[in-house]
Amino acid sequence: MTTYQIAAAALLLAATPLAAKTFHITPSDEAQETIQLALIEAEPGDVVHLSAGTYALDDGLSLDVDGVTVRGDGPDATILSFKGQTGAGEGLLVTSDRVLLTGFAIEDTRGDAIKAKGSDRLTFDNLRAEWTNGPDAKNGAYGFYPVESTNILIQNSEVIACSDAGIYVGQSDNIVVRNNRVHQNVAGIEIENSTHADVYGNFAFHNTGGILVFDLPDLPMVGGHSTRIYDNVIVNNDTPNFASPGNIVAGVPQGLGIMVMANRNVHIFNNFLDGNSSAHVMIVGYTQEFTDERYNPLARDVVVRDNVMARGGYDPKFDGGAALAAALGGAIPDVMWDGSAAFMRGDAKIEEAARMSFDAPAVSLNLAVAGADVADAQPSMASARASIAEPAPVMLPEDQPGMTAKPQLAMAD
Amino acid sequence: MTSRRIIFIAGSAIYLTSAAPSPRVDDAALMADAPAKDFAEYGLFLDAAMSKPAPRVVKYGLNTPLFSDHADKARYIYVPDGTALSYDGEGLLAFPVGSAMVKHFGFTRADGSLDMIETRLLVKKADGWAAYPYVWDAGDTAAALKKVGAKVQVAGRDDAGAPIALDWRVPNVNQCKGCHAVDGELMPIGPKARNLNGMFEGETNLSRLASLGMLTGVPADVPAMPSWDDETASIEGRARAYLDVNCGHCHNPAGPASNSGMFLTWETPEGANLGINKGPVAAGRGSGGRRVGIAPGKPDHSILLFRMESTEPGVMMPELARTQRHDRGVELVRQWIAGIE
Repeated sequence: MTTYQIAAAALLLAATPLAAKTFHITPSDEAQETIQLALIEAEPGDVVHLSAGTYALDDGLSLDVDGVTVRGDGPDATILSFKGQTGAGEGLLVTSDRVLLTGFAIEDTRGDAIKAKGSDRLTFDNLRAEWTNGPDAKNGAYGFYPVESTNILIQNSEVIACSDAGIYVGQSDNIVVRNNRVHQNVAGIEIENSTHADVYGNFAFHNTGGILVFDLPDLPMVGGHSTRIYDNVIVNNDTPNFASPGNIVAGVPQGLGIMVMANRNVHIFNNFLDGNSSAHVMIVGYTQEFTDERYNPLARDVVVRDNVMARGGYDPKFDGGAALAAALGGAIPDVMWDGSAAFMRGDAKIEEAARMSFDAPAVSLNLAVAGADVADAQPSMASARASIAEPAPVMLPEDQPGMTAKPQLAMAD
Repeated sequence: MTSRRIIFIAGSAIYLTSAAPSPRVDDAALMADAPAKDFAEYGLFLDAAMSKPAPRVVKYGLNTPLFSDHADKARYIYVPDGTALSYDGEGLLAFPVGSAMVKHFGFTRADGSLDMIETRLLVKKADGWAAYPYVWDAGDTAAALKKVGAKVQVAGRDDAGAPIALDWRVPNVNQCKGCHAVDGELMPIGPKARNLNGMFEGETNLSRLASLGMLTGVPADVPAMPSWDDETASIEGRARAYLDVNCGHCHNPAGPASNSGMFLTWETPEGANLGINKGPVAAGRGSGGRRVGIAPGKPDHSILLFRMESTEPGVMMPELARTQRHDRGVELVRQWIAGIE
């Protein structure tokens, strides 16, 4: 019934509790069952090795054992294809801790490619998630989707054509997203309702929007803060928005570099941005009604400094954008901030002066309250130089899986 | 050796049993680290068809059951000798270590017997619950452990009596946890006091278990959740019961869908966390272009109904254990949403 073989050497040592096994798996007609059985029977320390080849899978896979490595022979060699998927919401679901996923591709899942929930010390390394038909509203929402998790490392990977965000980290803490390529997604990278994230060295291009940092109400974890976005290349994000209406990213205008919404203490520095036709950096409040007492819909404590911002804002696709660009000499400045200093919670108006620091040309819309119509804006150039302390670098635990395999890249600053 | 046992129950009835030897559940097999390969090894039933339960294995029913592609189910609770379930509020009963729950899935034949597909076992071990799926062979002669799940072609009838055929998915042990997880720990879903508090085969489940000495601490008035198809109950109560049972095991603050912020349990007050006028978070194309989970008065603007109506992976809800649309359930929830002001 099972076609995996346990490495002979490990088998001899099977009686020893510390003997780690490797499950070697090769493509076959029974790949679904073979891989899933290995993912169930693996024990902490074991490796599930997916040899090169294409695996045709028709149901989701899941891993619920701590300390397991799932290793392929490279993201162009080991391909898990879910083109014929008839069950489950995602390609691979991880619900355990200390897991390393490396060296394989997930293609054409009906929902998300890889979801992880409630995981601690999870590393996505050298992976690819792709919808091979290109941008399409019927594609899955997310490529890599850790949620309600801690100590997340996503590196050296590629995500193509998600109908929501290529890399989406939600309701999580202590996050590093580095050296990834994300393209043709609605959002390249999105950090949402999360705390302590470093997003650096990524290449985000031909998405609708490059990198988003959001906070939404009514979720178990609200109050996202402390994200650093640096050393990224965010260019030519020109794909028309193909998200399903109703999703928050459906409101992202085509041609956006970086967007901060309703989040606090976000530092954007040393990035290169070019060819983002709506705006390079957009900083806004949450625009919809809410009653969540815990929630603050204003963007606040945002720093934009030392970026290289080339041509941008020349063809804004958001409501009122064209008129605004015309009023400002033909283009949206490098930074566009809604400038709101008050918000509504239910029927109550709450005033709060948001602090900002920009070293690039910036326009404030001076909205009376967050979410007010852009048509009612009273735009003015903004000179914001608040002193806002930068969050400390995110430190992952020493035993973060995959950390020792590759030396951590030197941080430029 | 012939043994004769006298069992006193609740001081009111005396049963005399004569057996050689008296059948009993194999507690050691249930508690073993490795599950039995053949379901029969547990001794939970007296017959090969697994329809005659062993002593202390009690059949029960739920006021509102989970929809499982129109399959029929038979459910049993086992509590070892010398232990008992205890009442712990209107939610889940408290189970002693050593307890087990059995659920047969199949389609009822013309003679009333169950054409078996699979049998799921939940066992409460010292370190928590474990779940094991067993798949029946074609002749219903044995059920074999299938940790990795299975896909089985089955045929039966839907609740309107029309023939249906489908690829039945037996969940793998991880998928068991896809529904049965509370804060990441495996837990039973069905045996909540409010859902057990109804008539089943001539008696209420709670009084049957209590009179057998298998349940203690039941107060005089236990809340009851309505049966989803009881037309004498309110639409709201029936719909909320349906959502609790079919959605609330994931959509609760400690469940697998906690991150959605949409909680469909019986206890959830009407408001944003029930999905009312709440935007989606990670629905992707599952939103169907609709903007909120529940749009009051507007079922066709509600993502909830869109996902209940779908049978497409990545869109449909629940994500697991459903390939068919449940028309009567959809209609009930539609009526409820239409009536919300």
